[in-house]
Amino acid sequence: MTENRHDEALGLEAFEFPPDPANDFEWVPATPEIAGELDQPPEADWRTAGTTRRAFLRGVVCSGVAVSASAYMFTVQSGEARAAVRGVERLISLNVNGKTRRVDVPPNETLAQTIRYRLGLTGTKIGCNRAECGACTVLADDTPIYSCSTLTHQARGARITTVEGVAAPDGTLHPVQQAFIDELGPQCGFCTPGQVMAAVGLLKKNPKPTVDEARRAMSGNLCRCGAYPHYLAGVMRAAGRA
Amino acid sequence: MTDYMHAFDLYTPASLADAAKLLDEHGKDAWIVAGGKDSFDWFKDRHKQPKAVVDVSGLKELRGIRDGGDHVSIGAATTLTEIEESKLLRDNFPLLVQAAAKVASPQIRNSGTIGGNVSQDTRCTYYRDGFPCYRAGGNSCYANTPTAMNREHALFEAVRCVAVTPSDTAPALVALEAEMAISRGGKVRTVSAEKFFIGPDVDITRMTVLEAGDILTEIRLPKKWAGASSYFEKVADRETWDFALVSIAMAARTEGGMVKDVRVACGGVQCTPRRLTEVEDLMKGEKAGPELEKLARRVAARGAKALNFNHFKIPLMGNLAARAARSLA
Ligand SMILES: Cc1cc2nc3c(=O)[nH]c(=O)nc-3n(C[C@H](O)[C@H](O)[C@H](O)COP(=O)(O)OP(=O)(O)OC[C@H]3O[C@@H](n4cnc5c(N)ncnc54)[C@H](O)[C@@H]3O)c2cc1C
Ligand code: SF4
Ligand code: FES
Ligand code: FES
Repeated sequence: MTENRHDEALGLEAFEFPPDPANDFEWVPATPEIAGELDQPPEADWRTAGTTRRAFLRGVVCSGVAVSASAYMFTVQSGEARAAVRGVERLISLNVNGKTRRVDVPPNETLAQTIRYRLGLTGTKIGCNRAECGACTVLADDTPIYSCSTLTHQARGARITTVEGVAAPDGTLHPVQQAFIDELGPQCGFCTPGQVMAAVGLLKKNPKPTVDEARRAMSGNLCRCGAYPHYLAGVMRAAGRA
Repeated sequence: MTDYMHAFDLYTPASLADAAKLLDEHGKDAWIVAGGKDSFDWFKDRHKQPKAVVDVSGLKELRGIRDGGDHVSIGAATTLTEIEESKLLRDNFPLLVQAAAKVASPQIRNSGTIGGNVSQDTRCTYYRDGFPCYRAGGNSCYANTPTAMNREHALFEAVRCVAVTPSDTAPALVALEAEMAISRGGKVRTVSAEKFFIGPDVDITRMTVLEAGDILTEIRLPKKWAGASSYFEKVADRETWDFALVSIAMAARTEGGMVKDVRVACGGVQCTPRRLTEVEDLMKGEKAGPELEKLARRVAARGAKALNFNHFKIPLMGNLAARAARSLA
């Protein structure tokens, strides 16, 4: 698994990542007040200049060079690469966040895997991978679905929207995103992309939900931090504004 | 290994005829998928590894809700959300709408289908975890041992296997006398919902009459029960995701406070939805009221055989039957 047989077929080398707010992060040396006494100066260049962890992750995911990431993704594919003789075509067009992407997708791949590991859109999280938590929620034709439990090939004809696709092109946050910030929705933040998508999906269908309707629409998204009332308040705030 | 499903060939036939051809070709190696909410867990766990997966969710013949004159027909690949939002069903069969609305979570209802909901496999945790039990073709039941956790398991009609029906729509369909249309090689047969679900005495490895090659095409609700009084209640550990510990579905016709006709079925207590015939007989011709409630509570779980951890289902059934009776008062 040293060289990648996929990225060429995928055309991913040419893929340009959207600007990532995480790139604006500036490393601030720890002060003794917050980090305690350091014997040695911290290793300042643990990440190469300009490469955040997030960008690094996307880099390896798409080039497939790093053994760990590519092994994680491709171990079970060797057998199936030979399969699919008369089944679905592996090379498909997928409409994600308004852009059509050509991707090479094996039949047994879930939409969450494609979104994260082939398209590099890591905003969509995988929590349980079995339709039990909601972290992977995306919209398919404006309807919230669990991308971990949907085959990518089943979503071929749909318009997929992920959390990367809800803000305005100029970067203005979606009313739901802004309201979640205002209401202090996220704590650890892991469930947040899913919560955002469930809320955006609700407001598309029902712009002025009652509290009960909102609660019900958000009921397919778990939050380990228990920030439910904050998210709910966020949905209601966004409904007032949107 | 739960990250990736096993390798399979995926087919997305364009017509029912093509789907039938594919199923015929692949025989026992084929597996039908609609929303996949039941299937993909099996595949990720590698306990089921079919070679050919046939996606029927796109088949036009299997989609939509139509008025068929003396019945309303629901395509098998209609999603539970579509059922919940259908005006035709809301107006005529609120019982099914309420049951569908109680399934799993919003996202699951958005892609999970009614066909998949009634055809799904049991949730016995031992079986789901890959134990080689009777249902999996082995020769013991891990849920019915002195130390087993069988809080979710059956009270009635257990023959070696003590698993229960997981479907929320199933009891509603039994109460509404639904007919299931099953297509096989171009020929369609219909089976009543009551006969569609089968217990371990008939076949311990299946939950329904569906065999390899069968496609459930539509579910027909006879207008006999259109606009009837109805009651649905599901008791589960959590409001979302969790399967029913016990659920109850009732359709009833009353005249001047008198119960003329009634059908009641419970989910979660037996391998198939359980008709509460004793409750029905008791209610027919009676006036709804506290007396009827009391009697319904008393007979609802008659004949139940509890396992180590599911005694609580007995009073639960009684209470649900009483509440259903109360709803008619
Ligand atoms: C976390 C979680 C919670 C759940 N909670 C509930 C719940 O509370 N209540 C409940 O009732 N269910 C629940 N479910 C079960 C189930 O997944 C859903 O109810 C859903 O409706 C299944 O539909 P599907 O189309 O996704 O099924 P699929 O997985 O596509 O199909 C399920 C089975 O039915 C067969 N099948 C599907 N369509 C046809 C057809 N047309 N002809 C013949 N066979 C067919 C498939 O071969 C498969 O064996 C839950 C599932 C999960 C993962
Ligand atoms: S109850 Fe049925 S499915 Fe569960 S372990 Fe026993 S035989 Fe298997
Ligand atoms: S990761 Fe999809 S629901 Fe948990
Ligand atoms: S904010 Fe931590 S899981 Fe929801």
